[in-house]
Amino acid sequence: MNYINCGNFKTSYEKDAAIYQTTFSKICIYSFLIGLFVLPFFLNSYLLYIMNMIFISVIAAVGLNILTGFTGLISLGHGAFIGVGAFAAGYLISKFSFGFFIIIPLAAIITSMVGVIFGTPSLRLKDLYLSIATLAAQFILEFIFIRAERITGGVNGMPVDAPVFFGYTIDNDFRFYFFSLIYTIIMVTAAKNIIRTKIGRAFVSIRDNYIAAETMGVDLFRYKLLSFAISSFYAGVAGALWAYYVRFITPEHFTINVSIQYLSMIIIGGLGSILGSIFGTIFMVVLPELLRHIIGIFSHYLPVLEQIFPAIREAFYGLVIILFLLFEPEGLARRWNLIKAYWKLWPFSY
Amino acid sequence: MEFFLQILIAGIVIGSIYSLVALGFTLIYKSTGIVNFAQGELLLVGAYICLHIIVSYNVPFVFAFIITLLFMFFFGFLIEKIFLRKMIGEPIISIIMLTIGLSSLLKSIVQIIWGTDTRTYPEIFPHEPVTIGFLNISVVYIFSIIAIAIFLIIFTIFFKTTKTGVAMRAVASDQQASLSMGIDVRKIFALSWAIAAVVSTVGGILIGNINGINTNLSQFGLKVFPVVILGGLDSILGAIVGGVIIGVLENMVGGYIDPLIGGGAKDVFPFVAMIIILLIKPYGLFGTVKVEKV
Repeated sequence: MNYINCGNFKTSYEKDAAIYQTTFSKICIYSFLIGLFVLPFFLNSYLLYIMNMIFISVIAAVGLNILTGFTGLISLGHGAFIGVGAFAAGYLISKFSFGFFIIIPLAAIITSMVGVIFGTPSLRLKDLYLSIATLAAQFILEFIFIRAERITGGVNGMPVDAPVFFGYTIDNDFRFYFFSLIYTIIMVTAAKNIIRTKIGRAFVSIRDNYIAAETMGVDLFRYKLLSFAISSFYAGVAGALWAYYVRFITPEHFTINVSIQYLSMIIIGGLGSILGSIFGTIFMVVLPELLRHIIGIFSHYLPVLEQIFPAIREAFYGLVIILFLLFEPEGLARRWNLIKAYWKLWPFSY
Repeated sequence: MEFFLQILIAGIVIGSIYSLVALGFTLIYKSTGIVNFAQGELLLVGAYICLHIIVSYNVPFVFAFIITLLFMFFFGFLIEKIFLRKMIGEPIISIIMLTIGLSSLLKSIVQIIWGTDTRTYPEIFPHEPVTIGFLNISVVYIFSIIAIAIFLIIFTIFFKTTKTGVAMRAVASDQQASLSMGIDVRKIFALSWAIAAVVSTVGGILIGNINGINTNLSQFGLKVFPVVILGGLDSILGAIVGGVIIGVLENMVGGYIDPLIGGGAKDVFPFVAMIIILLIKPYGLFGTVKVEKV
């Protein structure tokens, strides 16, 4: 459902795949980005924390969407891959005195190698079988996080030093905001561009019909592994940022629930849509915080609510996933397009 | 040797509970093509409801057991009707996510109602173990194995002889053909969920009598995957055999390897085994090999 203005002709494929469809959309996107850079001056530290969580999660969600939404390979192990990124970053920071601009790519490359290893079964398996294999990857990696005490610190976790940028220590929410925002912009732009190129078209063709794709000359072996590599690279960047942000990582941060949370983000946002992953992430990060406030109001009357809050939150996650799948299976991205189309025609909606 | 046999027996008991849960899983997969990630939560709900009936209303165990099974039958029926009926024909990722959402919903509802503490069933079976030869086996184990055997026999008879059972097998092998033969496929779908809920509940109540119950019990739902992958996703015999094999192997690893490396291997072993099986024999021991055509 893509509504295009009258008179907006396309004469080549390049134009059709352009990120900025019109000058107006270019202006909108740039002013939005400038707005994002100005915004933190008006936010308190709690809102900055939420924004930072959104930025980090967006990177991971976009990565998962490349794998699941665009290539059609379901991964139930994304949480563990983020963990690999975080622990790799933590280990590298504790051993070497590199700056973050070396640590983060290195951690991401390590993660993408792990991702490729666990993605290898995808050559023989698809759909359900693959999701089960990645589920196994999740448990095996979790086991390694806990048992490889020399590298990960085991259940006790591992402290991480704050990143330093030319003498500036990025150790509070305000400074970290710009740090994570820049990484998010880079990663999202990269994803948008990967999807527009040959690689992205190969991914989509594998998703839509892999036998036809193979007949057309798409090397399934290469592109499936590439998809796993790119997706885990994103997870690695998100994990390294997470390590820098919370500065104390334990295996509990990367359980199966995290994997499920990321899957629900891209389902709620819309599979196969970069914009959708951003919407879904915002939704899933803001929802529990809103819920916490609502529960906080009611817990004056019912103190029990405070204790069972984690359970209520999980119940909401489940409920939201179910409701979206039943009533809005294409996610928020589609809703966004509908709203845009409505306002383009407003007030003459015919 | 005695240690080995003790582990073996415990493994067989746990394994046969896996078999029951896997049976439910396979049943749903076979007839509806839905992968149920909420199987463990069905077990959890059943176990808690049985406990609740026994403790709160002072109902004897046998009656509570029957009431629970009846309740779970309708519970499975309703889940299919409310949530999964609409999902027919949707892509597999949507269905997987729906059952994952369902599992997190059910689990948290159980947590909200009954809390997260471990609760034990009142003493139903005598505490003193029975001595067979030189082995001490607790009575719960013997009853569990008997109960599971009875259930498996009942289901085998059900599928082989009754009209509904044959209809379910027909739907499993070819939906379109069974539709044209006048089988009510929707009824079969609902029925398979109902039966799956019932068998999982039996597993849940047995494990509750052995170890007590808490919300971690839903882990059984994930352990089911190694079992069904080993046995073959769409094979009922495979589910039963796979369950026992995984249960025994898991306990062996727990008994012999865990002391060496300091724990944890028991829980991760089934998944390592599963990846290996997936790589060399993705359709398992008894599963149907699918040939894909354009």
